[in-house]
Formats: sequence, C-alpha cells, structure tokens
Amino acid sequence: MEEMHRKVFQLLVDNTSGVLSRISGLFSRRGYNIESITAGTTANPLITRITIVASGDDDILDQIEKQLRKLIDVRDIHELRPEESVYRELAMIKVACTDAQRQGVIALANIFRAGIIDVAPESLMIEVTGGQEKIEAFVRLLDGYEILEIARTGVAGLGRGVKNVLDIDENGAVRPMYDRDGKRIH
Amino acid sequence: MTGAEAIAKCLLNEKVEYVFGYPGVAIAPLFDSLYDKKIHSVLIRQEQNAAHAASGYARISGRPGVVAVTSGPGAENLITGIATAFADSIPLICITGQVDSTLMGSDVFQEADISGACESFVKYSYIVRDAQDIPRIMKEAFTIATTGRKGPVLIDVPVDVQHAKLSHFSYPEEVKMRTYKPTVEGHAVQIKKVISELSKAKRPILCAGGGTFLSDAAPLVRAFAEKYNIPVVCTMMGLGVLPTDHPLFFGMVGNNGDACGNRAMNEADMIIMIGARVADRSISQPDLILKDKILVHIDVDPAEIGKNAGPTIPLVGDVAHVLRAFLKEDIRVSCDDFISQLCAYRKQWKEQKEEARGKKNPDGCVNPAAFIHALSEAMDENAVYVADVGQNQLWSCTNSVIREGRFLTSGGMGTMGYALPAAMGAQLADPDRQVIAVCGDGGFQMSMMELATMRQYKIPAKIVVLRNNTLGLVRQYQHLHLHDRFAVTDLGVYPKLEYLTGAYDMEYIRLTDNADIQDTVRRFLGSGNSVLMEVNVSKDALA
Repeated sequence: MEEMHRKVFQLLVDNTSGVLSRISGLFSRRGYNIESITAGTTANPLITRITIVASGDDDILDQIEKQLRKLIDVRDIHELRPEESVYRELAMIKVACTDAQRQGVIALANIFRAGIIDVAPESLMIEVTGGQEKIEAFVRLLDGYEILEIARTGVAGLGRGVKNVLDIDENGAVRPMYDRDGKRIH
Repeated sequence: MTGAEAIAKCLLNEKVEYVFGYPGVAIAPLFDSLYDKKIHSVLIRQEQNAAHAASGYARISGRPGVVAVTSGPGAENLITGIATAFADSIPLICITGQVDSTLMGSDVFQEADISGACESFVKYSYIVRDAQDIPRIMKEAFTIATTGRKGPVLIDVPVDVQHAKLSHFSYPEEVKMRTYKPTVEGHAVQIKKVISELSKAKRPILCAGGGTFLSDAAPLVRAFAEKYNIPVVCTMMGLGVLPTDHPLFFGMVGNNGDACGNRAMNEADMIIMIGARVADRSISQPDLILKDKILVHIDVDPAEIGKNAGPTIPLVGDVAHVLRAFLKEDIRVSCDDFISQLCAYRKQWKEQKEEARGKKNPDGCVNPAAFIHALSEAMDENAVYVADVGQNQLWSCTNSVIREGRFLTSGGMGTMGYALPAAMGAQLADPDRQVIAVCGDGGFQMSMMELATMRQYKIPAKIVVLRNNTLGLVRQYQHLHLHDRFAVTDLGVYPKLEYLTGAYDMEYIRLTDNADIQDTVRRFLGSGNSVLMEVNVSKDALA
C-alpha cells in the first residue's frame, strides 16, 4: 500500500444542471475518497467554483485529477498546493454548558478567535473559521464539554498571489491571466 | 419548425442514414418528422438491440450510430446497449423521448430519469429544456461522440419540446465548447523519446487495441510494423489490425489470448500499447509483466494512461496522428533474433491449434475450433465477423482467420446478445459486404426477436448458432471451479431452431458432423436468402 496523501483541487465548472452529481457520482463509482466538497458561484453566474479535498495514494490522486478534467462540464482544474494557497473552513459547534462552564468555553473560543453566535440557558453555539487543522484542534479542546452538534462547511480555497487567478471572458471562457512565471498575459 | 423537425434537420445535416429505435408517445413527434425524410427509421424489436445495431453500424461506417426510443421503459431498455457502447468507446447519439417538461420530476406515466441513470456510462448527456437549443445541442453531441475518446451521448427531449416551435433554425458550422478540447496531436518531445528508445530496443513489440479502429489507424499500425519490422500482438478489440497470417502478427494477448501472444509480451523489452487500455483481461498483472520493460502508452484519453499501469513514456494523442509522426522518422530497429524466437513460438502454437482442430468430438457434435477456422477461411476477404459473448467468442478469437475483414465483438462489457443486432447494423452500413454473426444458443436467445427486424428490412446478414443447450462459458467455469455443480446453466433443448426459422421464413441449415463442415459452410455462405446455421457442439468442449 502506497502512502496516503491529501490534495485540494479547485475546479471551475459550467453551472449546468447535474454538474455536481456528475462530479460526486465520479467519486462514488470509482471508489475515490472525498473528504469535503464545496461549491458556489463565481463572479460569473455561468461558472461555479468547486473545491474538493480528496485523499489517496499518488496514483489515485493522479486519476482523480484526470477523471475530473475529462468531465465535459469542467473548464479548469488544478491543485491548490498548500504552500501556494490559503484554505478556510467554517464550523458551527453547539456545546452544552451550565452557568459554571460557560466562561470556560467562551475563553477557549476567544483563544481561537471564534465567535459566540447563540446563547441558550444550557448551551452555546460557536462559529470558528480556519484551516482544517485549526478546527480539529478546537474541537479536540472542547473534549471536556458535551458537544451537541457540529456543522462544517468543508474547505474552500484560493491560490495566493496572482499566479492562479483566472479570467472569465464575456463568452464565459476561462483563460489564465498570468503565465506560469507570474507574468501577466492580457 | 417544431423541435422534432429541428432534430430531423440536424440529423440530415449530419448525413445520418439510419435511426434505430422504437416509438412511443414521448418520441412519436420525432419519428413523425423523420417519416418523409431521407433517413430510414429501423423498427427494432427491443430497445437494447437498437443501441447494438447502431454500434455495429458505427463500427463499420466510421460514423456515429443514431438511436431514438421513447421515455420510461423504452429509455431504460436502452441502458445496457449504451453501457456496451461506452465500454468499447463506440460513438452513438441516443435520443430519448421524455414526458412533458412541466411534469418532469413528478413520477408521471412512463417517466424515468434516464440521464441520471446513464450518467456513469455516457460521454455526456443533455436534457433539452428549450427547443431553440436543439441545433447547438445536436452539433455538440455529434462532436463529443465522434472526437477524442469516442462514446455514446444521450439527448433526453421532453415531448413538449419536440412540439415547441423554433423561431429560427441555423445549424452551427462548428461548436464553441471551451471546456472540451481533446488532444489529437502527440507531443513532439514524447514522440522523439519513443523513437529513440525504439532504436535501442532489442525486443520491441506493438500491442494494438480497439482504439486503432476507432481512429481508422489499422493500416498505419501495419505500415509502422512493416517499415521497422516490429512484431505485433493485439487485444480482443484489436483483432484484425493485421491479417491473422501476417508474418509480423503473433496473436492476441490476455487471459483468453494465445500462448504465443502472451509470451511475446512477456519477453519483450519494450511494449508500445496503441489505443489499448491495459485492461484486466488483456494484462492481468501489469506490475509483474511490465517489470524491467519500457512501456509506451499511446491513447487519446489521458485518464487511461497510468490508470492500470504506469508507463515509462506516456503519449496522449490520436493513434493515427501519432503513428503518422512515427512513420516520418527514419531509424533502424534491429530485433531479428526476437522475431525468429517469436516465430518458433508461433509455429508451436499453430501446431497446437491444428491438433486441437483435429480432435474428435462426441457423435453428433462438431469440433468448434475446426468449424470456426473453416467458416472464417471460406468467408470473403473483407467479411465482417461479429462474435457474440461466451465460449463462441473465445473460440472465434482463437480460431478465426481474419484477412482484410473486421472482427466485431462486445469486448469491454461482454454483453450477450450483441452479435445479431450488431451484425444487422454492420450490414446496413455496408450492404455489399458479407456479414456473419456467430452466437451461442444463450446469447442468440437474448436477441432472437431481431430476426423479425432482419426479415422486415431484408437485411442479408447470416447467423451461426453454436448449439450446446447450455450457457457454455459459465458451465466451463462451474466445471473448473465449482465442482461440476451446473447450477442454472442448462438451457434444455428448446427452441427448435428449424421451427423458429420457419416462423420467420428463413433458410435453416444444420451441421452435426465434422466431415460435413466444408460442404455445409459453402452452402451457408452461398445462400442468397436470410439463413441461420445451427451447429451442434458438445457441452463439454472447453474454450
């Protein structure tokens, strides 16, 4: 068994009906591991940006990229490399707490720059944003408390700097604005 | 102009000759618009066979096969046919009727989410919401089906869209799809690398797959092999790339292949895979076989490269383009020792085959290897041999002699019942060519309703049924692996095919004795009528 890795892929896809099911169906039928998938429209309403976190050995990750690229609705796919990108995920965590516990939870939340977004007599709802590791660390720290529910959005990401920026022209075509060396093309 | 008329006009623009299908209310407007056009609608007897017939048509004509069926059960019956075409990368345009678009999603009569159901085995699918989109969608569909790695495209057309009026019709000259740009030309650097390795190789071999026919490159493979004197083997889908008795041809590879072909692959130091997937039935243990070898993998689909085996030199591109680039080079390949070694293997293998053909079978049964060898030898130079699936297919692969003809079969999906409808489609694509379907009695009974279609449209394809009253390949498996417990593989002795052919007003020929093979085959091939030949083979004959 080869070593397992995790990769974040950014896809720009045509906003057609069925595009998400085409992508998720590909993962389920080929047995690829998908850790998270997020989707949202871009500045151009015809185009959707999808961020996928997938794991597998190098061969599988290579196949995931090729099979996704092969889908006809996929305009562009590239890996968001950790050193060149920023990832964020939002989690909402509902924690049971008594009056006595409340200050402790709030203190933990403050350390993580998390916000309290709902307070009830016996619970708190916390919103925390960050990379996957930060959220996982925060959840671990809440171990001593009773976590009632967690909702995580999955990872969204963008490449740093100008290199990964893509321009979408009036026809909806994606073209790179910068070449591989970061030089502006148009 | 209505949506249905627009589809018909698009089909005319694409020079479609035949639409294979079955009507229903949800596709009736389309068939109505074809009624007085120069496109023949062929009423098939079960929808799956429409896809197989279209597949046979596509493989012989080199143009996409077109299918039209109704919504719900009609579309669902088509599924296996689409999946079969997808597995072998055969270009099809499948048009399904759909319920009224305002009712879609409410589970009305004969509604099925066919684009959802077919998602994983179409190259692309459309649901047409607006009749005005029809010309663009049709143009895109034909482009997608016939370029890059070919395959079936599904177009689901709600019946109200077929009735809706278009404000204007113009068929696009070309498609504007920014997301779809298959790589055709091979990368020049990679091509140079292959050539440089080839000039150093001592034991190079070409392994051709179905992709060579899809890109019409069989003559180029032959030219390449002959120019540099390189031995050739093929996968099941690549059979016919070189004539069986070509001095550079060393057989079929794979677990159903020839000992000679597999030895050639094992002993090579450089394998050039041409339009083949390195699939499990061709190369069952890629890591083992490819150890210490240079593997060049040429395929138009980048996702196939590295999927089953990591190539030393990946080469994405259309096989014909790449081979033309190879042919422009001028190098010396010296592998005479390897070739004489392979010739020794081939001689041994041919002797084994000859011996197998000489074996006596039980009384009343014909030796299947001897029969298939004699049949294919007696066929026309350029005949089309369509093998079904099962023992008959394996006997056909090993024993048929192919010259300038074609060998068609369902290689990827192994769909029983493929041969008869595919032979009909092949015959319609080339009416003057001899087309023979060879089936077992299991597969034949899966599509024998199409005898009616053959008769109705006077399609002169000829049918061979190898009769052993059992599902032979499964029975063989039960014999070898399940202690001779022959569960659910006995077909009994019915139907009596002489009565069946009588019902369809066809000629019937029976062959039960090895001594009669030559005469009976001559009578069969010489018959000017629709003819079915039943050949008794033993249940215990192994493939």
